[in-house]
Amino acid sequence: MSDEMITLAHGSGGKLTHRLIEGIFHRYFRNELLLEAGDSAIFSIHEGRMAFTTDSYVVSPLFFKGGDIGKLAVCGTVNDLAVSGAVPKLLSAGFIIEEGFPLRALEAIVQSMAEAAKAAGVSIVTGDTKVVQKGCADGIFINTSGLGIVKEDIQLGLGRVRPGDRILVTGNLGDHGTAIFLEREQFGVQSSIASDCAPLNGLIGEVLDRFGTAVRIMRDPTRGGLATTLNELTKGQPFGIRLDERLLPVRDEVRGVCEMLGMDPLYMANEGKAVLIVEGEQAEAIAACLRSLPYGSDSAIVGEVTETYAGKVHMKTITGGSRIVDMLTGDQLPRIC
Amino acid sequence: MMNSIYSRYKDEEVTSRLVQEIQAYRGKPLKIMEVCGTHTMCISRYGIRNLLPDTIKLISGPGCPVCVTPSYYVKAAIELARRSDVIIATFGDMLRIPYQDSSLLLEKAKGRDIRIVYTPLDCMELALAHPDKKVIFLSVGFETTIPVIALSVLEAMERGISNYMLLTANKTMPAALHLLSSDEEIGVDGYLYPGHVSAIIGTSLYDEVAERYGIPGVVTGFEPVDLLGAVYRIMGAASGKPQVENLYARVVKPEGNPIAVRKMNQVFKPYDAVWRGIGTIPDSGLRLREEYGAFDAWRLLETSAESLENEPKGCRCGDILKGKCSPQDCKLFGKACTPEKPVGSCMVSSEGTCAAYYKYG
Repeated sequence: MSDEMITLAHGSGGKLTHRLIEGIFHRYFRNELLLEAGDSAIFSIHEGRMAFTTDSYVVSPLFFKGGDIGKLAVCGTVNDLAVSGAVPKLLSAGFIIEEGFPLRALEAIVQSMAEAAKAAGVSIVTGDTKVVQKGCADGIFINTSGLGIVKEDIQLGLGRVRPGDRILVTGNLGDHGTAIFLEREQFGVQSSIASDCAPLNGLIGEVLDRFGTAVRIMRDPTRGGLATTLNELTKGQPFGIRLDERLLPVRDEVRGVCEMLGMDPLYMANEGKAVLIVEGEQAEAIAACLRSLPYGSDSAIVGEVTETYAGKVHMKTITGGSRIVDMLTGDQLPRIC
Repeated sequence: MMNSIYSRYKDEEVTSRLVQEIQAYRGKPLKIMEVCGTHTMCISRYGIRNLLPDTIKLISGPGCPVCVTPSYYVKAAIELARRSDVIIATFGDMLRIPYQDSSLLLEKAKGRDIRIVYTPLDCMELALAHPDKKVIFLSVGFETTIPVIALSVLEAMERGISNYMLLTANKTMPAALHLLSSDEEIGVDGYLYPGHVSAIIGTSLYDEVAERYGIPGVVTGFEPVDLLGAVYRIMGAASGKPQVENLYARVVKPEGNPIAVRKMNQVFKPYDAVWRGIGTIPDSGLRLREEYGAFDAWRLLETSAESLENEPKGCRCGDILKGKCSPQDCKLFGKACTPEKPVGSCMVSSEGTCAAYYKYG
């Protein structure tokens, strides 16, 4: 399989397709439901609430420090379920592959997905593969959908947020966005910044078990960063959010690169972080709990929910002044001069 | 190591002491103008404006090169972009400037070959990779970027690259600064001088302004200590003999960067440029010298007639750029004119005054 490539024949449903499915997908994603290989995975339904989510992954470059598109595709969907208060269980994986894509790269991606799924305790139970003509996909696109179980006592929602609640993040901001930006644009900057791509269901599950309804709502601040996610939460709401710039956890290296390029870590994507709005009085205890768990060691309280600035996000800056933290219009662009 | 440099200029103790001193100001009302788009942006980002006492006003001047680019330039860029043998290479900010019902971003979505570059030197490889196309760089910017644009022309010449061109709209600070300083209606009491332009041109121009118009100024950087420190020093300077101080000595030398200036003058010559919102300012722009005429993309166009087309109705970019009013004084601000649907260029550029006020409050 050394220099082999994916060709249109691999997507046509014939022998090559089956060889691909068995040789790569079944080999790495091994589980009973998948290996029964029907058109659908059949399983017993849970009584009570379930969570269902989907996401597509088109990241470029496909392989980067700290991960790859496959790991991203598993962790991203697992995390969407986790921040919704669900225990992630089953994933689907759909692949759209450009003809000429190296088989070796596909195998590496699938292996990475299998490892991520194992780490998260989920199974990939159904999937699909299509091959498109050269130029019609950027190497490979992946879609994952996920199913999870929402326990009875979980109550999360914007309606539960109150002034006096505090905002927590589970670690350093902007790692993934900055890492990808550096790899993609080749600025000639040498850095060890790596994507923070990671499954958070263990971390979040533990916090929900211990603190229950003290957690009001959670999100994973991916594209657009923490600033965008918080704006999505406050839009049209009778409360606002006030951040304290000095409390935001950002790696020195990320800060340095962002300063140099004129980017703002608040708007850089995170793929292994969650933001939680929690009951004010429990905030310190929850933060301490997060810090004791894997993927949570740099957790910090970064702000609070306020009655003022309703519908908006404000920030006390490092000078003691104040500014709005708005949503971006388009992509962040590096400074010109 | 880099962060220790930044952190020194963000130091909480120093900034809070500066804020205290500034808030204790009891002198006459002061109007301080910054003439650098990045300063406008940083002042807003650090929330400095609302820390100042009522007697000190920070107003924004025409420091954003994209904001002062007239609309006929965007029209020319779009016209060139529509040619099948052209690749447009540009800084990102230019993409969203509206012209009638189009913009370079919309043209890009329609399939025209328009690429974002971070330095004009990136255009060399682009030109070599596409010998059948003309790679045209949208040459906008003040003295900070002009030397590297000059370098790109010299490099293209040395490497025999004949399909690289510039569509120029570069401008220089001195003439504009004289214009602003002599306008009594604006009434500037002190300047925050641009950090990176000064790194190129040095500080002698500012001594001239202090002597001729009696306006003091401080060259400063982009960190909170730099900005608050500059306001604090102007507060003190306002009562005595007008002085120029350099708080950005870690980057700016009094003589500037003579090599960069030489390259700039080798490739470009001054002309009377049109500044959006302000009008024609003599000797305020740069175009390619005759010996570099082969790189001039204006030659590809039927007309390079510079004109100030009518600004959109109600748009007050012109007054805002001169510091005569603030964005909130414009009826369109935040309503008909937002970053998503900008009417004037002050809102489009990420360092435009209106964009900074809108984004940071």
